[in-house]
Amino acid sequence: MGKLYKILKYFFITFWAVFVVAPFLWALTTSFKDFNSVNGGATYIPWVDFEPKLEGWRVLIKSPANGGVDIIEPYFNSLFVTCTASLISIILGTLSAYALSRFTFKAGFVKNNDITFFFISQRIMPPIVLSIPFFLFLGAINLLDSLIGLIVVYIVLLMPIAVWIMVDFFNKVPREIDETALIDGCNPYQAFFKVVLPNSIPGLIVAGMFCIIFGWIDFFFAFILTFTEVQLLPVKIVALNSSITPWWSLSASALISVAPLIIVAFVVERYLSKGNLSGAIK
Amino acid sequence: MNFKQKYVFLFPGLFVLIGILIFPIIFVIRLSLSGWNSYNGLNFIGLENYIRLFTDDPRFWESFFRLSFLSVTTVILQYVIGFALAHMVWKDIKFQRFFRVLFLIPMMTTPVIMTVIWRTFFHESLGPVNDILSNFGMSPKWLTDPVLAKFTVIIVEVWQWTPFMFLLLLAGLLSLPKEPFLAAAIDGASPVRKFLYVTFPLMAPISIGAIIIRLIEASKIMDTVYVLTSGGPGTSTETSSFYIFIKGLREFQMGYAASMSFTYLIIMIVSLTVIAKVLTKLMLKD
Repeated sequence: MGKLYKILKYFFITFWAVFVVAPFLWALTTSFKDFNSVNGGATYIPWVDFEPKLEGWRVLIKSPANGGVDIIEPYFNSLFVTCTASLISIILGTLSAYALSRFTFKAGFVKNNDITFFFISQRIMPPIVLSIPFFLFLGAINLLDSLIGLIVVYIVLLMPIAVWIMVDFFNKVPREIDETALIDGCNPYQAFFKVVLPNSIPGLIVAGMFCIIFGWIDFFFAFILTFTEVQLLPVKIVALNSSITPWWSLSASALISVAPLIIVAFVVERYLSKGNLSGAIK
Repeated sequence: MNFKQKYVFLFPGLFVLIGILIFPIIFVIRLSLSGWNSYNGLNFIGLENYIRLFTDDPRFWESFFRLSFLSVTTVILQYVIGFALAHMVWKDIKFQRFFRVLFLIPMMTTPVIMTVIWRTFFHESLGPVNDILSNFGMSPKWLTDPVLAKFTVIIVEVWQWTPFMFLLLLAGLLSLPKEPFLAAAIDGASPVRKFLYVTFPLMAPISIGAIIIRLIEASKIMDTVYVLTSGGPGTSTETSSFYIFIKGLREFQMGYAASMSFTYLIIMIVSLTVIAKVLTKLMLKD
């Protein structure tokens, strides 16, 4: 029994690992191909199956005037929008989460849990429901096709995540910490900023990671709310996917775009192994 | 604790969120009562859109059932595979950290961009899948066969989001108390019994949470479909969001699209609440 289970376990894990890696490997080989080696059917090993070319990577740094794919500007746009929206969401979300975790609110039948649910329930909202009014509203105030417009929308997407993770996290930070600080003569602001916040770094990092992931991978809003002035990376890359798809530059740009978030995977795993994440995600 | 400062903590976040959302939501409701399209502005036509939706638009309901099928199937697969993987790398395994990082990676990648790669991967004549299958005399039409296209969407969704399930479940497994496992070991319980009577029940609350979160996110499937099949062939992979998108932002029937959006939102809230209640009952009954 034990032995059979072990064999099955390693078999299954290897199988899944291959499945996870397969599209990346395929993209990697494809990025070194040119028109002929793509259209001759599937080939895998450079030098053996096909002659590797650097064209797919070279067009990424060329200017559009020379037939290049300009992904540097979309790259920084994406980075800017994701980081700004994450930062604002984390700041506002953490403050609200602290209030919901420590103080009691009551307005009619609305209590703490209802307010927390209101925050988190924004994730239920299908993006399509918001996209039409956002489209018309941002158009009306001239923020369509702008970075600020996107940041405003992304705050709605990301703040629920920040509140969700931080409420759980603060619920696990012992109340005695704040109470001691208050007895020592701190006002509530000092107690929060000088005592509670420094003890919440792991929660903040996890919440930050999740905001960055969900901001970076969004396509829908960027697709609908921007056109030519501002382009985000996913929109730019999907736009390459036309009828005569240049598979090589598509693969190269896809690999470049997913690269930064791989670092996030390492950070998340680190916190997971240390046991910090178990408190933060539940 | 109670201080008047508590409002200073809560209000900025709350009001920013309400401030951004309140007008769009009121506007969707108002818009749904209008015949806004390329010719008409924001007029008032009462419930006409809703009557059309409920009596004369089978395509919307088909897309909704398709969405339900796709999201329930993918979430079940993600849960089973995610739990299996999390349980396998939980302890006693070589290269533990390597596998944990590797299994997390797909959720960090942008779905649309990976879907572009998957499109080339499943390409009928030039992709590697059919290249291998052709050795066995098969060349399935992954993207243009009505039944198989759904299957392809499921494969891509499972690849993308099983890591999320894996992450939540592994975090849960790592936070389980040690005592019940010691007790089971003293009683000499077999691994299967240990899983069924100790691990699984202890994981029930986390499982419910993870399934609900994934169902919420899966119900938004749209990016993948848009890039992989554009809802096709025909309408065989069209989901509700995608249909609303076509009506609203392609055909510019804003009023009608808004009425669909609002109906869809209500259905989503009601059905997710019901699913959450039912799951809680089923998994926590012992």
